[in-house]
Formats: sequence, structure tokens, C-alpha cells
Amino acid sequence: MSPVILRVKEAPTGVPLEAESITPDLFAERSREEIEALPVALGNQARRLGDFFQVEGERSDEIEIDGAIGRVKWVGSGMTLGRIVVRGDVGMHVGAYMRGGEIIVEGNAADFLGVEMEGGLIRVTGNAGHRAGSAYRGSKFGMRGGIILIEGNVGHEVGAYMRRGLIVIRGNAEDFLGARMAAGTICLFGQAGLRTGGGMQKGMIVCMHPVELLPTFIYDCIYAPVFLRILFKGLKSLGVQVPPAQVDGSYRRYHGDLAEIGKGEILIPA
Amino acid sequence: MEINGVLIDETYAEAFTMHASRVLITAISKRWALVAAQSMAGFGTSVIGCGCEVAIEGVEPQETPDDRPGVWVLLFAPSKKGVQEQLIKRIGQSVMTSPTSACYNALEAEDRLSVGGKLRFFGDGYQISKRLDPPIVGNGGRPRRFWRIPVMDGEFVVEDRFGVQKGVAGGNFLLLGEGVPGTLQAADRAIEAMRKLRGVIMPFPGGIVRSGSKVGSRYKFLNASTNTAFCPSLRRQVKSELPEGIGAVLEIVIDGLTPEAVGEAMRVGIRAACGPGIVKISAGNYGGKLGKHQFHLYPLLAS
Repeated sequence: MSPVILRVKEAPTGVPLEAESITPDLFAERSREEIEALPVALGNQARRLGDFFQVEGERSDEIEIDGAIGRVKWVGSGMTLGRIVVRGDVGMHVGAYMRGGEIIVEGNAADFLGVEMEGGLIRVTGNAGHRAGSAYRGSKFGMRGGIILIEGNVGHEVGAYMRRGLIVIRGNAEDFLGARMAAGTICLFGQAGLRTGGGMQKGMIVCMHPVELLPTFIYDCIYAPVFLRILFKGLKSLGVQVPPAQVDGSYRRYHGDLAEIGKGEILIPA
Repeated sequence: MEINGVLIDETYAEAFTMHASRVLITAISKRWALVAAQSMAGFGTSVIGCGCEVAIEGVEPQETPDDRPGVWVLLFAPSKKGVQEQLIKRIGQSVMTSPTSACYNALEAEDRLSVGGKLRFFGDGYQISKRLDPPIVGNGGRPRRFWRIPVMDGEFVVEDRFGVQKGVAGGNFLLLGEGVPGTLQAADRAIEAMRKLRGVIMPFPGGIVRSGSKVGSRYKFLNASTNTAFCPSLRRQVKSELPEGIGAVLEIVIDGLTPEAVGEAMRVGIRAACGPGIVKISAGNYGGKLGKHQFHLYPLLAS
């Protein structure tokens, strides 16, 4: 099945375009004309998708977006199947509430990437903004399943309130990584910012570089958790090669945050 | 039919449906994976007295979830509940206790049994659940949940659920030889060849059983007793199946995940056993009244 290709005709520059309709769930059974007629919102104006994108192809659960769409929000939000490839930067809320399928961003993603997602895979070859995989303000939990893989750096509060799932960051993270996380796994290959794991209840944060921890995290021991071997092997299938020294090596285990129930863990190579 | 001068009896092996699971045990080294597997497979020769039939599957896994050396173990029990009970007991007492071990489901099946989900309570509240989603776990598109139970050498990782499917237990053949040494050598040859096959186990000691049984006994309290028809010392006292010149009989019992796997193991084993010291090869059955599966020796060996 050949993909539906969306070529940017008129990239929004001021008010962002809200394009929740760019999802394989809606494209899979629609003709080209029907896809063009899908609703999008430019500020308070109801517009058609075809006003902003030239549509090629039809009835496919694969979507390719050609060109930077840094001012387009909600791409792939709530999707349950299929694949979206964005060849360029993408706006906020990509893959929010996503339940299945795959999103590949060949560029940078703005804030709120994969927020409260429940399943599926998001790959970003560039950087991602703040609060990737986290919760919207007022929600009890963030990401509840699935995988977010970011090759570059991320902003603040990534994985905040996370409930389940996996976030892999090849670059650096800013402050409050995994803040208040309830469970799930974050694997950070770069440097962490301040207050990593602040307020975390449960869950695991693996930091491949030394990190300044809050005083409410307590050192336990140096050991080699078998689970990390399973995790790293799984990452290999995503193209993330973890150096043998880190696969076979030992980790310093800290538990916290003792300001909460303290059942979270932060692992740092020994 | 004759193979290498050994007479093949025109008969069949009768086998039963049982439920089966496959477990993968890993550890820091092959030696320690084997130690845990051997412990788990201990006292697991026959459902008659052990509650299950369990043994190490001969073929070694090429790949394991944690990239450490691993050993496969197949376990058969009469019911799903029986499989679950035995897995919980044996993994809990034999695998979890073994240094550096981890234990994973190695059978993709529709039905799955909670095993790690029960063993986790050993963690006394400090156990940690980790769920990994597809695509980083190849589990037919389903997530895999692991339990990390704190133990004195670090953590014991055990998978939450183990697959269970219907299997076949009780495939068999009997080696009728002139004496013990030659018959045992032939049985060893058979076992060596059969252990190269996947999906089958030979649950008796070394894969071989010398105390074959028949259904019932003269004692009311016993539902199985020695297979008198194949005991050389009773040839003149009972209705014997042994021709003149037979000094020893050994049986090989095969349990497999599918009838095809059992049939193939019987074929390979019998062909390997046919040689010096063996007079005849036969198989055990109950007149077709008890088991669902029949493995006729002639068609098997003709293929």
C-alpha cells in the first residue's frame, strides 16, 4: 500500500494550525477528495486540510508529510494504527494520546510530544521540547504505555507523571526529568539537568552520566540489574546500540524520592 | 520390518494429551543456567508420582532476552492448573534460588498462566513490575511484563505470564536387547540423536526408563505396577511379550509440544538405536483405549 503524501502548500507562520485529522485512522478508508476535506482549525477558523497540504494518494494507513510543519499541532494524536513520517520539524502535541502505530519525525518536535500516549512508537531524529511523554496540566498520569525515542536533546519535565512505557533520550535532558513519575522507564544517554526524578514515586531512570541527585535519593548499592540487559537488548531492535561496557557493567542504585513513597530508582553506571 | 538387522514390531505407541509450557532459564554462565534447569527438572519423570513430566530440552537457545547463556525446559502436566502449580513451585524453589538466574516464558500461546505474578509476592512489597511494549519485545505484538524480585545476589527477574498449550505425552518405544550393556548403549545412541530435536523431552533419568509400568496392579492401593510382560525374569510366569534371548528391555518415553514432534523423535531415536545388541524394537500401548494419539512404528519408520 503506497502512502498518502502531504506536501506543504501554505505553511502557517502566525497562528498555529491544529490538525488532529492527520492520523492514519482517518486516512485509511478515505479517498483523496475526502482527505482534502478533513477539518483543521487555524485559530478560530474552520478550514480544510487541502487548504494547507497538497494530497497525493488515498486509502492508506501510511502518511508521509513532506516539509517542515513546525506550526502544525496534534499530528497523529490519538492514532491507533499505521505510520506517519514527517520529513522536517513538527509542532506541538505530536502523538498525544496515541494508542498504536508509529510516528517518525525526521527533524525536531516541539513541546508535549506523546503526552499521555498509551501505546505505539514515536521516533524523533532531532530534539524534542518540554514535557514529552508527560501529563497535561491537571491530569493524574502522563504516558501510560508505548515508546518514545529521541535522538537529540529534550526540554524540561520530560516523562513527568509518567505511568508506564519507555522514553529513551540519546542526548541531554533539561530539568525535572521524570518528575513525579508513578512508574515506567526513562533511559537518558546524555547529561541530566537539575532535580532529576524529583517527586517520583516509582519507576526507573537510567542516567548514563553522573547526575546531581536531590538529597531525598538514597544510595543503595552497586549491582548489575538483569532487567537492564533485557531493556538494552530491546533497544538494539530500535537501532540503539548500547556500548558493551554499559550492558555488562554495574550500576549505582539510588532509591527515592523520599519526599514521596520512595520506591523509584535511579541507576548510574558505577 | 528390519532395520540394521533389528526386528521392528508391527505395533504402535499410545500417547495422551497433556498441557505443556516452555521455560527459558538464563544465568551468568552456561553452567549456572544448567544448574538451575537441572534443579527445576528434578523429580519430574512421570505424572504418576511427580505431578508433572519435566526435562531440559536438548537444543540450546541461540538467543535469550538478556543475552546470557540459557537453557530451555519443557514441562507437561495433565491440566493447565497443574502446569501453573508446577511452574510456580519449581521456578520458585529451584530457579529463583539458583544464583544469578532469570526465568522467561519461551512458548508463544494464546493461553497464558500467571506465574511471575504469583512469585512476585516473595518480594514482600519491594518487587518491581516492568512492562515492555512492542516493538522492543517480540511477543506477537503483545507487551511483556517482568517482575524484578529483590534477592540476596541482586534481583531475580521472572516473566509475569507463561504460555501453555496442549501437548502430547507418553510417546514411547521399547528396546529389547540381549543384555544390559548393549541395550543401554543403544538407548544412549537414541537419546543422543533425539536431543538434537526441538520440542521434545525424554523425562526419565538420562532419557531412559528401565521400570516401565502397566496400568493397575494386584494391590488395590496402587494404580500402576511393573510391566510384567516385558520383565525378562518373569518370562515363564506371566504372559510375556519377550522372545527367547532377550536379557534386558529399556524404554524411551517422549513428551512433545506436537504429535509431529513426538513422531519425529521416535523415528530418529529408533533408527539410531537399531544396531548391535538389540534384537527387537516395540512400543507400549493400551489397546488404543486410553490415549488420543497413536504412533504406528511401520509408517513412522517408512517415512
